[in-house]
Amino acid sequence: MKQSMATVLRTIGLVLAVSWLGVAALPAAGLAQTLMNGAGATFPYPLYSKWFDEYTKVDPSVRFNYQSIGSGGGIRQISERTVDFGATDGPMTDEQLKKAPAELLHIPTVLGAVVATYNLPGNPALHFSGEVLADIFLGKITNWDDGRIKSLNPGVSLPNAPIVLVHRSDGSGTTYIWVDYLSKISKEWEEKVGRGTSVKWPAGLGGKGNEGVAGQIKNTQGALGYVELAYAITNKLPVASIKNAAGKFIEPTIASTTAAAAGAASNMPADFRVSLTNAPGDAAYPVASFTWLLVYKDQSDETKGKLLTKFLWWAIHDGQRYPQDLLYAPLPAPVVKQVEAKVKQITFNGKPLVAAR
Amino acid sequence: MIGVDAGRGGRAQGAPLPRAFFLTPRGSLWGDRIFQGVVYAAVGLFALVMTGIVLALVVESMPAIRRFGLSFVTGQEWDPVKEAFGALPFIYGTLLSSLVGMFIAVPLGIGAAIYLAELAPFWARAPIGFLIELLAAVPSVVYGLWGIFVLAPFLRSWVEPLLGGTLGFLPLFQGPPYGVGMLAAGIILSIMTVPFIATVSREVLLAVPNTQREAALALGATRWETTWIAVLRYGRSGLVGAVLLGLGRALGETMAVTMVIGNRPEISASLFAPGYTMASVLANEFTEATSDVYLSALVYVGLLLLVVTVMVNAAARLLVWTVGGSVKGIRE
Repeated sequence: MKQSMATVLRTIGLVLAVSWLGVAALPAAGLAQTLMNGAGATFPYPLYSKWFDEYTKVDPSVRFNYQSIGSGGGIRQISERTVDFGATDGPMTDEQLKKAPAELLHIPTVLGAVVATYNLPGNPALHFSGEVLADIFLGKITNWDDGRIKSLNPGVSLPNAPIVLVHRSDGSGTTYIWVDYLSKISKEWEEKVGRGTSVKWPAGLGGKGNEGVAGQIKNTQGALGYVELAYAITNKLPVASIKNAAGKFIEPTIASTTAAAAGAASNMPADFRVSLTNAPGDAAYPVASFTWLLVYKDQSDETKGKLLTKFLWWAIHDGQRYPQDLLYAPLPAPVVKQVEAKVKQITFNGKPLVAAR
Repeated sequence: MIGVDAGRGGRAQGAPLPRAFFLTPRGSLWGDRIFQGVVYAAVGLFALVMTGIVLALVVESMPAIRRFGLSFVTGQEWDPVKEAFGALPFIYGTLLSSLVGMFIAVPLGIGAAIYLAELAPFWARAPIGFLIELLAAVPSVVYGLWGIFVLAPFLRSWVEPLLGGTLGFLPLFQGPPYGVGMLAAGIILSIMTVPFIATVSREVLLAVPNTQREAALALGATRWETTWIAVLRYGRSGLVGAVLLGLGRALGETMAVTMVIGNRPEISASLFAPGYTMASVLANEFTEATSDVYLSALVYVGLLLLVVTVMVNAAARLLVWTVGGSVKGIRE
């Protein structure tokens, strides 16, 4: 009896060992593909998955694994070198860059915009200026028939009703872009609230995600909030035109978002860590931003570095025909030229990975 | 009998005495040992996981503990930009929303259990019980969406104006009706915890021996008196267990609450006002928390959530022990 039990145990052990070995051996038996790991922002995730899918048709030797864990997670993981590339909706701070083990590059991939949406009887087309928006979100303008809103919207009948503010409750790049814009416009906002993926809101309710904000706005007469442009377009929400730096009221569209980057191109800082809110240019929508991929300037693995730079090159050229269908704004031509130069700077052991073309 | 003997490995029919069989060592103590090992391992693993969780929470929250200390627990400011963190509004929100939830769910759940165990006709018990259990199978995000699109507008246009109009002199029911807020969170929590409380309570009541009921009825008790004195009191500790199970769920519920509570870290006496819970702030801000102190403060909130949960459970058990003692005294 004792012996038979021992035999049974041995057999079980053997079976387990063999099956584990089998599982471990499986991937090795597959194609010789290089797996590129990335992590970060959720906002560009739909576009990135489209890109990764399309790119494997261009270059079948590479496979991407992207985890949309949020910009904060993307910055942490690339700084710890646990992924090959990171992604973020807000540029890294100087302090964060200093903490990284080596020089990190910001590669802009596409643009997104944030829009003001609302729920009023008949949903008339509204015009806002940054100053008025800032004062509304500071809780200083609380009623729809406030004189300052009226003077921006002559001929629109605004109800005598309280403004129910709705903001994002989850930390998000959308929030960052919105409060970055308000900070640029209003000194008071910059001092009291400031910029961040989550901030201390002076007023209003928090909704989780674009759908949480939009849901509360749809259900509440007199509500005002902000969502991503793509979300507003797909759900046909009423959106406000916002006064840009040139003094023009601009409706948020994909074209006016791209125009924001075009307006900023002449003054683009070398590291692309730039905020595009309140950008110059007659046609520029003022609440727009890049979203970035984060890569090390000097790659530690030659094969992966080559594949990564090839992919980046593809993304800023051929890849730019996909954003529009997914409601992201593509990079304008002058910015593509500037990003090209940046991708060419990526090296392995000091030698460039992209041949000068 | 013959079949059983044959099953014991083909011994000669009728030969072994059962007593002798159990007394002779059969060399198969292995089975016992393996069983013992498995059970010990299960307990050990559980203890290890729990210790691991606590350790990880403490280690990760150390920067925030060092920087804010206990003022974190009493602080009311939550400003990620200026890195000023205090968790009191979240603690308050977690406790208040659970309290509101329990206030509604306990009478509902135990009432439903009494109906199912004592009063309902036999043919109705299974289907109604099944319907209640079905509530537990609905994912919490579905409750949250229902909360945003159905419950909150209903509260805003009907319930809250009515409560404000009639009971508005109480600080509990003052302020503008947003729909979303503490009341909505409490109601969602009550709906989510009722199935736990009702199902466990029903099992507890069904386990009360019938002699209890018969004795009470024989003494001339009415149906209500029988249920109250003979059944509920007998099953008291089990019922408390049911409520604690519901409370545990309410304290930790994240998704549905986040979607309807309004997510505003402020302490307000009114149930109409938006609030915030510990679980919600973790779910909301963890992914995009970039600075070390911010991240550490969020883990600190997680640690506090664990502490609060343990304390609430301990307090509830303590309450039961003291109440249980006094009841016994009266009976004697």
